Amino acid sequence: MIEPLLKLSDVHTHVGPYHILHGVYFDIPEGELTMLLGRNGAGKTTTLRTIMGLWKASSGEIRFGEKDITAMSTPDIARSGIAYVPESMGIFTDLTVRENIVLAARSGPVDSARLDWILGLLPALKRFWNLPAGNLSGGQKQMLAIARAIAEPRRLLLVDEPTKGLAPVMVRSMIEAFKALKAAGETILLVEQSFYAASALGDNVLVMDDGRIVHSGAMSDLVADKALQQRLLGLSLDAHQ
Amino acid sequence: MSMSSALTLPPDETRRSGFFSRILSSDPPRSWVLSLILLAILLVLAATPFLFSGSQPLSTAAKICVFIVLVASYDLLLGYSGIVSFAHTMFFGIGGYGIAIALEQIEPTWASAGIGLVAALALSAVLAAAIGLLSLRVRAIFFSMITLAVASAVAVLASQMSEITGGEDGLSFQLPFELRPAFRPLEDQLFGVTVNGRILAYYLIFFVALFVFLLLLRIVNSPFGRVLQAIRENEFRAEALGYRVVAYRTAASVLSALAATVAGALMALWLRYNGPDTTLSFSIMIDILLMVVIGGMGTMYGAVIGATLFVLAQSYLQVLMAAGSEALEGIPILPILIHPDRWLLWLGALFIISVYAFPGGIVGRLRQAKQ
Repeated sequence: MIEPLLKLSDVHTHVGPYHILHGVYFDIPEGELTMLLGRNGAGKTTTLRTIMGLWKASSGEIRFGEKDITAMSTPDIARSGIAYVPESMGIFTDLTVRENIVLAARSGPVDSARLDWILGLLPALKRFWNLPAGNLSGGQKQMLAIARAIAEPRRLLLVDEPTKGLAPVMVRSMIEAFKALKAAGETILLVEQSFYAASALGDNVLVMDDGRIVHSGAMSDLVADKALQQRLLGLSLDAHQ
Repeated sequence: MSMSSALTLPPDETRRSGFFSRILSSDPPRSWVLSLILLAILLVLAATPFLFSGSQPLSTAAKICVFIVLVASYDLLLGYSGIVSFAHTMFFGIGGYGIAIALEQIEPTWASAGIGLVAALALSAVLAAAIGLLSLRVRAIFFSMITLAVASAVAVLASQMSEITGGEDGLSFQLPFELRPAFRPLEDQLFGVTVNGRILAYYLIFFVALFVFLLLLRIVNSPFGRVLQAIRENEFRAEALGYRVVAYRTAASVLSALAATVAGALMALWLRYNGPDTTLSFSIMIDILLMVVIGGMGTMYGAVIGATLFVLAQSYLQVLMAAGSEALEGIPILPILIHPDRWLLWLGALFIISVYAFPGGIVGRLRQAKQ
């Protein structure tokens, strides 16, 4: 059996007095795109932040490859090969588009072939190369956040709701960009509210509710099973369409 | 990863080649008006000994040079790194005391000045690193309080250790021979001015200040400077990219402290004196904050504008008001209102108006006008 790239075992997270994650278990296989779905407040963002060490797990274990990263600091987790695109896009608005991307390449100048590839994937960024990132539209900011996450080769991308609040045309561009990333063999854990986007992209799916994983399996099975969709994503199904 | 056919990468328009661009670390003033003002300040400061007679203009120009370095170094902390420190005058004071103690206690030579400066730089670096590593992990307000406490403790210490520091009276000392007024490097006058050690001391301050300013400009425009700006905007995002925030902030604190130490040393060299009131006083800290805000935070050029305006106002506002008060004699109320004794009131009013009118500082306003 192939070892998963990321493995969460019985992870609990408290944020202040609130117990958010109640024993999360899941595996992320290498080279595949895994969708993390669930209603608002289910614990999806907390899961990503806990993996990144931005909120510390109160118990349980997070393994990334061979390493136990549960107690590691955020910079060390990032340096071990995990890139994180937060829900709020996470770009630096005072810096230019170029500076945002260069900043992400800690190990030195961005490889020009890789930069060509990134700008081919997200061509809108090329036009705003020397502009402050704060001047970009919401969709362009989201593209920049993703470009920054892949500026250096990383072993795992954690992306939090990349299509949230975007116009349909931007959502389609984003889906195309993730398809290209998937084709390039990137391992991605993607939190998404849009079932349309999730079903177009996911190899695997995890569904969260009340701080626990309540379903895991192949995305194609969930897409094919309307009853399962209704049961898992039930009340918020309309929002997911 | 599949590669597309090679695209032509967009050039970095912020990086222009050329001598001036390299000198300014590809960070030009980005406004014609601002460029002209900065050029005028540079030329006037460079030619002050030959443009004005008397000691006050030269002293004012030297003070402007020193404060440009001091304010720029503080802007590296506040404007570029988002760190509010109240210990900046402590490093300014360490530089001043380093020079004063060495020249007074050893002998008035260049070697002693060098020893004093190196010792002051080492002490400042150690203190800044210790304060940074111990307290930059805590929330910003606590860090500010810690720096305030440490700065107050050092000011008390400097007053108490009177055998070394001269206590409240401070230390007067002699400069190396080449910087004394009696020294005449040229037999003939130059542009009608007798060049003496005092003018050499001024140029020493001018060129060191210029060098340190350009060095700070290089630092804020380096990849290190960009990381500081990213941390200022959102430290968690910077951490998620793999940057160790405390290490970067501590490095910024140390660099800023070193530049402030150099400024303190220059101030002491100019005054031939160092005491608590000239370098350690909390009122200097307030002045620095005002200069940063008036010039414009997060831009090194703001330090030049802020320091020049502030020092000029401090030096000449009273004189201007006296002349105005005399001219308006006979008119009711007005001469009383602008009586020179009220200069601090008007200085305060000017600052409130300028902060209200230019929330991004003068440099921010000029750049905005250009856009």
